Amino acid sequence: MKQTPSQTVGPFYSLGLTQKTMNLLASDATEGEKIRIEGYVFDGDGKPVPDAMVEIWQANAYGRYNHPEDKQEKPLDPSFLGWGRSGTDKTGVFSFETVKPGSVPGPDESIQAPHINVTVFARGMLVHAYTRIYFGDEPANGTDPVLSSIKSKTRRQTLIGAREEKNGKPVYRFDIRLQGENETVFFDM
Amino acid sequence: MMEIKPYNPRDWKSHPPYRFEGYASSMKRAPLKRLVKMKQTLSEITGPLFGPEAVQSGDTDLTRNAGTDGEAMGERVIIVGRVLEEDERPVPNTLIEIWQANAAGRYHHEVDQHRAPLDPNFIGAGSYMTNEKGEYRFLTVKPGPYPWLNHPNAWRPSHIHLSLFGPSFVTRLVTQFFFPGDPLIPMDPILNSVPTKSGRQRLIASYAHDVSEAEWALGYRFDVVLRGRQQTPFEGNGR
Repeated sequence: MKQTPSQTVGPFYSLGLTQKTMNLLASDATEGEKIRIEGYVFDGDGKPVPDAMVEIWQANAYGRYNHPEDKQEKPLDPSFLGWGRSGTDKTGVFSFETVKPGSVPGPDESIQAPHINVTVFARGMLVHAYTRIYFGDEPANGTDPVLSSIKSKTRRQTLIGAREEKNGKPVYRFDIRLQGENETVFFDM
Repeated sequence: MMEIKPYNPRDWKSHPPYRFEGYASSMKRAPLKRLVKMKQTLSEITGPLFGPEAVQSGDTDLTRNAGTDGEAMGERVIIVGRVLEEDERPVPNTLIEIWQANAAGRYHHEVDQHRAPLDPNFIGAGSYMTNEKGEYRFLTVKPGPYPWLNHPNAWRPSHIHLSLFGPSFVTRLVTQFFFPGDPLIPMDPILNSVPTKSGRQRLIASYAHDVSEAEWALGYRFDVVLRGRQQTPFEGNGR
């Protein structure tokens, strides 16, 4: 059987997808360093996109996914699913409250640097786009197999969230550029 | 070392391109650089699995879930279908979220300013967790067509949006389906962005008389096929 074709979420997706708050992944009970992720979604003219939607999927602070196919012997955190969803607001901004994930295994016994898996949807996007957030202050980025597969350093840089402090809390700023000179790296996976 | 059984790649003959000229909003929002090919890792073959608490009672009946005690206006329809992988294996316990316009073609959404009435008894959102056979079922009203600004006298055919997860990060799908016989279907740039005729056809539900209920509601069937697992020669493929 053939895959069902993708279609856009359209301008009214919030009706079905973001009525509940879904961007708070971590509670007080969650283990790990509490972080905030925030950023803009920009279109090809550099204008913020107020009707985009971003979803994230990540491992817990130990580097384990809450999924039966992750058979690593690292602890699961019962308070952490590792998934969240954020529509962009009127100014084109999305945000998540989560914890920094641990490292997870990569191909051929490599180790992947801590990262968050991202899907981007929007009115005008007929197919969602896949990208990743890496952490700017993470030395393991230098040996990450996925980052290393991107030859251009400037393109690689589009996947790195810069660490800032806001009210004493770590915030990683990650903007998504759908199109244009600094277009975010999107993956075919 | 952990064994990674990857999923099939996206079938780009089935999915639209990012940039489709007929759909004006795609022009500035389409990634245009070449996608970076990535081998699936543990990050991609895992994904969120939701428990039964993700669906509340009432989420499957959109004709009565506005919290008003009243019933939505319009042509009552029962939508059934199965969620499958490409090898026809059912996808059980996966979350489906749907949203749609009301019978007059208006969304319960502040951005929608179409001069058609809102229905106080209709929100237009629902959800369902597929059963062991991958089946789902909603009761709703048939959404009306509505105008949009893509081109002069542009109208969207009646459609219902669906969002699905499947078992992994790469099986995620957002789509929409249409109703058979709608004269607006051949003119719809969003549907026409699908590159093949068979792909477009697969987004049109079929009328299902076996699902229709006498003196109550008409039935439609819409099956969804998500990316399946890659077959290796060692596993055999006797299907």
